[in-house]
Amino acid sequence: MSNDNMQFDLKIWKQEDGDSQGAFQEYHMEGVSEDMSFLEMLDLLNEKLIKNGDEPVEFDYDCREGICGACSLVVNGIAHGPKEETPVCELYMREFEDGQEIVIEPWRAAAFPVIKDLVVDRSAFDRIMAAGGYISTKTGSAPEANTIAVDKEDADKAFDYATCIGCGACVAACPNSSASLFTGAKISHLSLLPQGKHERKERAVRMVEQMEKEGFGDCSNHAECEAVCPVGISISAIARMRKEYMRAVTES
Amino acid sequence: MSLASNVPEGDLKEKWTKRLNDINLVAPNNKRLYNVIVVGTGLAGASAAASLAELGYNVQSFCIQDSARRAHSIAAQGGINAAKNYPNDGDTIWRLFYDTIKGGDYRSRESNVYRLAEISNEIIDQAVAQGVPFAREYGGLLANRSFGGAQVSRTFYARGQTGQQLLLGAYQAFMKEIDSGKIDYYPRHEMLDLVVHNGKARGIVTRDLVSGEIRRHTADAVLLCTGGYGNAYYLSTNAKNSNVTAAWRCHKRGAYFANPCYVQIHPTCIPQSGDYQSKLTLMSESLRNDGRVWVPKDKNDERHPNDIPEEERDYYLERKYPSFGNLVPRDVASRNAKYVTDEGRGVGETGKAVYLDFADAIERRGRDYIEEKYGNLFEMYHKITDENPYERPMRIFPAVHYTMGGLWVDYNLMSNIPGLFVLGEANFSDHGGNRLGASALMQGLADGYFVIPYTLGDYLGGEDLDQVEGNEEAFEEAENYAQEHIDKLLNVEGDKTVVEFHQELGKIMWDKVGISRDEEGLKEAIKEIQELRDEFWERVRVPGESANYNKYLEFAGRVADFLELGELMAKDALHREESAGCHFREEYQTEEGEALRNDEEFSYVAAFEYQGLNGEIQHELHKENLEFEFVELKQRSYK
Ligand SMILES: Cc1cc2nc3c(=O)[nH]c(=O)nc-3n(C[C@H](O)[C@H](O)[C@H](O)COP(=O)(O)OP(=O)(O)OC[C@H]3O[C@@H](n4cnc5c(N)ncnc54)[C@H](O)[C@@H]3O)c2cc1C
Ligand code: SF4
Ligand code: FES
Repeated sequence: MSNDNMQFDLKIWKQEDGDSQGAFQEYHMEGVSEDMSFLEMLDLLNEKLIKNGDEPVEFDYDCREGICGACSLVVNGIAHGPKEETPVCELYMREFEDGQEIVIEPWRAAAFPVIKDLVVDRSAFDRIMAAGGYISTKTGSAPEANTIAVDKEDADKAFDYATCIGCGACVAACPNSSASLFTGAKISHLSLLPQGKHERKERAVRMVEQMEKEGFGDCSNHAECEAVCPVGISISAIARMRKEYMRAVTES
Repeated sequence: MSLASNVPEGDLKEKWTKRLNDINLVAPNNKRLYNVIVVGTGLAGASAAASLAELGYNVQSFCIQDSARRAHSIAAQGGINAAKNYPNDGDTIWRLFYDTIKGGDYRSRESNVYRLAEISNEIIDQAVAQGVPFAREYGGLLANRSFGGAQVSRTFYARGQTGQQLLLGAYQAFMKEIDSGKIDYYPRHEMLDLVVHNGKARGIVTRDLVSGEIRRHTADAVLLCTGGYGNAYYLSTNAKNSNVTAAWRCHKRGAYFANPCYVQIHPTCIPQSGDYQSKLTLMSESLRNDGRVWVPKDKNDERHPNDIPEEERDYYLERKYPSFGNLVPRDVASRNAKYVTDEGRGVGETGKAVYLDFADAIERRGRDYIEEKYGNLFEMYHKITDENPYERPMRIFPAVHYTMGGLWVDYNLMSNIPGLFVLGEANFSDHGGNRLGASALMQGLADGYFVIPYTLGDYLGGEDLDQVEGNEEAFEEAENYAQEHIDKLLNVEGDKTVVEFHQELGKIMWDKVGISRDEEGLKEAIKEIQELRDEFWERVRVPGESANYNKYLEFAGRVADFLELGELMAKDALHREESAGCHFREEYQTEEGEALRNDEEFSYVAAFEYQGLNGEIQHELHKENLEFEFVELKQRSYK
């Protein structure tokens, strides 16, 4: 039988909107099952708050199965919480000790302003993508698919970088709030494929510059990003990005 | 309004070419004079928005999530079909067409399905050119695998993340057009109403989900790409924000809702563990290739599964369907899981699960083989349930997965409201009573990349559209209505939460409009849903205010719409006195317990027109007869 009466002391960041000051608020939670997901535990908290006429806690999510990248909580100081290669929507309460204190905060980075409570604005990621994170192929103009052969090894590597879910944990974990793992993952994915080679220089330069413009910091090799990345994007993405960038600026 | 399907005359294989030869074109320089609203950024919406922007149209794109890339399509796992015949196993466009029509139990339009099969190959070309990292063979060319309902290997895949990779491909094309200034992008915006001016769709009303501001947007045409309505059941494999609101509001403005009762229930999902559960997770059905489904022979057998001896187990699929065994189609597998758990033979703490056992396969082929084939699924299962599926059988149970019904559209994907087009899972077009695996991704991208760019041009090129400014009466009225609806929700100030109502609705839907249905249950469901809806408007408690980020206010609006849609789903299921595909009526089955169609009387699309009268919701049924000129209708059998 699973334990369905765990208790927790929650300290949750509450902030009215981007312009106001935030602060921690404390909540005591009872009747938590170890089979609940972390987000279901917060759902339950909100149900109780709403019934009491109090304000619920706002947090982002959609798929709740680790693929959309919407969920974004720092749990006890770790982006996405204590379980390795696991986004917070796939974290279960059995990972915690009964009676434990749990501190929940939003992603903290200048380029990710808070919208409300634990919800932040990650539109900077979209703008980095718009600055060249694609291969230009007009609909209808593609050649027959098997005319483009890709070495299996390259295809597999490209895939590994392409699995980034765009959550932003890498930024939240980085002491410099750098977006290098995210940006590097996309640059690596596309530059590894023959289809992506034609625009590689412009892509690397524009995406890196956009990243700086958005206010993300520089990478100084702490590797905190790799440690929290829920899909295991390797820090080699950053090395590849640097190489692509250097190549582009030195050759042009 | 008429239900003219606008299918071109002539041979099946010539229809689409004929349409392309005949359509109106908009001259390149004139495209920039047209504004098009695209609601939704899933496979259908992102591919449509990108393709139209490339052509030169001015596109305004809306989605609920904070980024277009997070649309629910991102979660699709298994793959996408195409008739490339790379494995040289005899696939053709005709076969893909035929499998899809048959899989849909002959309740879809031949012409649409044929076009889908025709276009399928171009989708793969397009995706590869965009850099979608499909699985490849060692020689560097594309790999395929097989999927349910087909005897050929025609499914392209990117590990278990095909939806993610295809969506990112479309999203990247979409971001490129944002970069070039052809798409105005509105993430975290929810469409709350459609504006119909002089009989044509001319705009929408949205709520900015951050500031709460209600806004009007004008356009020459509106494309609805807002996904399916599986969340009417509360628990489903859909993402939490998936909803029917955009489609339902269009319906209330006159768009017909077709075949709402056709809902696909997927047999292999991780079962619910408690009342707090917020969604269900799909496990790929490929697991049924090696797993054996069973329950104990006796009721309420609480022994550990490994302690239950072979002779006390009931491998019910193998017993009832000796030739297909564990590989019967989705609907048959789901229905039988329900029967055995209803008998009290379900397993696990809730009794709402059956075993999927790999012990034999592990013994026969070795653990390494299973690990290589299903490693990531086993890991996911372990993560969620804390049980090791290598050591004890998995527990699985069916879950709501996909909705074949949706807004009615003609061959051009236009609804009965001129200027309102519907793409992807939001329309009813291609899957009839049941969708085959790996066909939804194909349809969403076919609609967005290769159908709408032509048919939208045909509409715009052939219409004389007057200028709209956004201050016309229809806009005024729609905006006021949206605001009033929100105020009404906030002002009930009751004592029950939105989630409680949603869960109650879900339970009615699951029990009575779910895997199998009967007249009595459906009549009860209609009554119970009406009562629940009345109670909702008396007792719901929506916290917070409208001028702010407020997730529970968003949900309240969506649940209010599900409470109306649920009733229509039950009514449709009640009126369809036959079984077809996923719609199984207990009263209509063969001696073998299979779905029994009634082609004489029900070979039609049921398109419902909304008629709100004195606060009561009423519907008028319109029928589009399905003509089968090219295929012969057959009874399915999997014995
Ligand atoms: C777990 C899972 C696995 C699947 N696996 C497969 C598979 O392997 N192969 C396959 O072919 N199919 C699969 N499917 C089905 C397939 O993923 C979907 O049918 C398809 O992706 C739907 O795409 P769409 O573009 O129509 O809608 P969606 O991707 O659902 O997108 C809907 C869009 O509309 C927006 N939206 C909705 N309402 C509003 C509103 N009111 N205002 C503004 N925006 C709104 C959303 O924000 C979103 O951008 C799977 C489905 C699930 C749930
Ligand atoms: S690199 Fe990892 S942590 Fe960063 S956005 Fe992508 S998935 Fe999230
Ligand atoms: S909610 Fe989608 S990744 Fe967590």
